[in-house]
Amino acid sequence: MGGTIFLVNFFTMGAAPVKIAVCIKRVPEMDGAFKIAASGTAVDETGLKWDISDFDGYAVEAALQMTEKLGAGEVHVISLGPDVVQETLRKALSMGCARATHLKCDVVPFDPFAIASALAAELQGGGYDLVMFGKMSIDSANGAVGLMVADLLGMPMVHGCSKLDIAAGAGTARREIEGGGELVRFSLPAVVSIDEGIARPRYPSLKGIMAAKKKPMDVKPAQLGPVRLTVQKMDLPAARAAGRILGEGAAVVPELVRLLQQEAKVI
Amino acid sequence: MEDSLYFEEQHLQVREMVRNFAREEVAPVAAHFDAIAEFPWANIRKMGELGLLGVPWSEELGGAGLDLVSYMIVIHELAKVDASHGLTVSAHTTLGTSPIVHFGTEAQRRRYVPLLASGRVMGGFGLTEEGAGSDAGGTRTTAVRRGDHYVLNGSKRFITHGGVGEIFVVTAVTDPSQGTRGISSFILTKQNDDLAAAQEHGIGHDASLRPMPGFSSGKKEDKLGWRASDTRELIFQDVEVPAENLLGAEGQGFINFMRTLDAGRVGIAALSLGIAEGAFEEALKYASVRKQFGQAIATFQGIGFQLADMATEIEAGKHLVYHAARMLQEGKSVTKSAAMAKLFCSELAMRATIKAIQIHGGYGYTKEYPVERMMRDAKICEIGEGTSEIQRLVISRELLRNLVA
Repeated sequence: MGGTIFLVNFFTMGAAPVKIAVCIKRVPEMDGAFKIAASGTAVDETGLKWDISDFDGYAVEAALQMTEKLGAGEVHVISLGPDVVQETLRKALSMGCARATHLKCDVVPFDPFAIASALAAELQGGGYDLVMFGKMSIDSANGAVGLMVADLLGMPMVHGCSKLDIAAGAGTARREIEGGGELVRFSLPAVVSIDEGIARPRYPSLKGIMAAKKKPMDVKPAQLGPVRLTVQKMDLPAARAAGRILGEGAAVVPELVRLLQQEAKVI
Repeated sequence: MEDSLYFEEQHLQVREMVRNFAREEVAPVAAHFDAIAEFPWANIRKMGELGLLGVPWSEELGGAGLDLVSYMIVIHELAKVDASHGLTVSAHTTLGTSPIVHFGTEAQRRRYVPLLASGRVMGGFGLTEEGAGSDAGGTRTTAVRRGDHYVLNGSKRFITHGGVGEIFVVTAVTDPSQGTRGISSFILTKQNDDLAAAQEHGIGHDASLRPMPGFSSGKKEDKLGWRASDTRELIFQDVEVPAENLLGAEGQGFINFMRTLDAGRVGIAALSLGIAEGAFEEALKYASVRKQFGQAIATFQGIGFQLADMATEIEAGKHLVYHAARMLQEGKSVTKSAAMAKLFCSELAMRATIKAIQIHGGYGYTKEYPVERMMRDAKICEIGEGTSEIQRLVISRELLRNLVA
């Protein structure tokens, strides 16, 4: 028994508690039907339900699992936007994150650099070993904020991790690439973005929901960078025309082939 | 319903979590467990881990420490996709655990509640007998004091978790000369009869609970609905129950279980409301995509009006349920409001599920859509924990309480 205790002490002494920041975005749930707002440049938000962006949820879960595995450390969660993002931050707290920071601004700008500037200003000097993002938000799908934050902080960046591990000042990650995978090693501190498949986000337990009420939520004005990129126009895909049934059996195949060649022009 | 009338942000967080859990973990398996009529241990384990099997009990007792409004939200949201899962929470928490929390000694609470609240073992409540259904005063199970223990003989019918449970609160006559004042409650323990299936998921049994010789479960009922919930007979043959397992004072059993049933009825009302709302949502979805005569059938007035009626009645049901839940939370008497909520919502569940099937047409009569299961699950809500007739009796008695001598 004495030996076991010695080993446990040895490891916890060797590794300082890890500090992870996860940047999350509040996005509309994607299973609803979308309309374009009167402005023509944004989605009509009436009646939409909101949640943590899917990839950001995987990042929260991966961060929690890493600190649980290491047995030490804590996960901070950061989001940028109007007051309602506090709901989304509270959900991350109820999943097990230790504290939340709300970078307040009335509207989330479309320009990823404006957002990245505000996040970098908050993260700078925060003493984080690892800054995590989802690989892209499921609404604007730019996938750029994490990369820009890494650049602004001068940290190594691994984009789209499907596996992630950190220990003693360095991390390893797996990335899925066309036709295969690659294993990368990087020094800490670092910025990583998370792909799907890493971890399915847990449901917040009732105890987690209760505990979240007592966890700190810092609110600060977002120090947005200049907005040099705006959406000019959004459109919805054209409605698909109804299909046509030609008939049944081998007899209709020649007609089908003719239509595919001459009308649909797909073969 | 305007959410802010009854719910605070925390309630909405609980609702969102349970709604996601129900949609992702319960809905995909509901038809399967209905078909095979087995207890869904894998989900029971997950529900225990999330705190859903001890919602209103203090953290000190292993519960989640939430209020009764949160608890009703859990039952309501689960029942929207599967009534059996909702019933498991309700029967385990209100019937199986609450009598020990409310009427138990400190030692009894510490001994049994953490095991139940964490979902490690399932609990149940033995009141109904062959000859004592609506008339619980007709209890025939006896408990005779012999030295430092009681000897129980008799049987109970239609006991939820009768097979899968290990901890039971059971009523028995201790003094036949006293009528309902001669009924007492006891805590009994037995081994889970579905042990192999339960232990695959590491729950359902605790080795520290002593199976009491002579205490067993009888045949499993093959039911119309609530098929993933385990309903059996409980049999007592010269069961020696230590006197320390007497729950509450001798002779208080009837009074105590009347209080337990009041809370239970709010739970069944929430469950019924869930079934009605689940069926309504299915009907609304179907009617808006199903086209006949070139248009979505929801746009025909004959269907649109039915949907309007369902939505209106569900809205009314929500007010009854969450108003009763709030009164219960505030410690007020809910005898009348619980009976009203249960009466209205259980009959609503039946009406709404039948309408939902009608709106689905022939498809609604098949197992490809969940509405036929919802209809089968709804019927028992008009019977269990007090029939609709008994609810009307309770309500009318309350109305006349101060008027008729």
